[in-house]
Amino acid sequence: MVHALIFYVFSAIAILSAIMVISSKNTVHSVFFLILAFISVASLFIMIGAEFIGMILLIVYVGAVAVLFLFVVMMLEGNFKNVKHGFLQYLPFGAFIGAVVLFEIVIIIGAWKYKPNLIRVSSIPYNVSTTNTQSLGKLIYTDYILAFQLSGLILLVAMIGAILLTFNKRSDLKRQDIATQSSRERNDSIYLTDPESGKGVKVND
Amino acid sequence: MISITFTHYLFLSAIIFTLGVFGIFVNRKNVITILMCIELILLSVNINFVAFSVYLQNFTGQIFTLFILTVAAGEAAIGLAILVVFFRNKGSIEVQDINSMKG
Repeated sequence: MVHALIFYVFSAIAILSAIMVISSKNTVHSVFFLILAFISVASLFIMIGAEFIGMILLIVYVGAVAVLFLFVVMMLEGNFKNVKHGFLQYLPFGAFIGAVVLFEIVIIIGAWKYKPNLIRVSSIPYNVSTTNTQSLGKLIYTDYILAFQLSGLILLVAMIGAILLTFNKRSDLKRQDIATQSSRERNDSIYLTDPESGKGVKVND
Repeated sequence: MISITFTHYLFLSAIIFTLGVFGIFVNRKNVITILMCIELILLSVNINFVAFSVYLQNFTGQIFTLFILTVAAGEAAIGLAILVVFFRNKGSIEVQDINSMKG
């Protein structure tokens, strides 16, 4: 009873804030509604026993990704005049596609019968004696160690890519170029000359 | 009062997924909103994975959710970086202006 009430409240908040994300006029408001949707879904995850995923969702999305979105929205601010101009123009087409997608998914859920041997096939069953976080940790560092390392590599590539893309090369600043400095040789900067008396030296540079 | 089953979570996931797809079609002017809709779609996929994981009493779904989170974070970072560079070059983030490749 309480479980059902909590589920309906949180899922209603999640769906309403998802609607507000796509229909809000102000992009900053959209980001805040996205945060609200993520918080509600994280609460649902915690409620059904996936507490580690729920907490990670809070940390990664609310803590990092949403703040990233907010930064970019505020950096590009002032460009959002008449940004919702085409909303009504694309509404029928978008509603049609959305209705078809929802119809298909609901058909799949409604017509789906579970295979009776599905649970027996499952490879990594729940261990009741340990907590959710402990069990996930044991699995990640043993069976899924390669995928775990590769996801770390993905994050590294994303970080390097984002820095490289947004790196602003300024031509008005003098920077130290270590490669040029250390590849400099004596002949590049010094030459010896033997001037005649009274003629002076012609400097070429 | 009916009790909450696994199917309720699937329906919640279906609704959020549909809202994400709908948002991509409707918001043709603002790339940032489209990126947020992609985040919504990935969230609904995560709901599906966790619901199945709890229903089948199998941890693989939750582990996969972690990897989806990783990829989604990387995707958001790269997408926003591309957006910032595009805005710096073009002075606009409207989807209709992104046509210089004539694709």
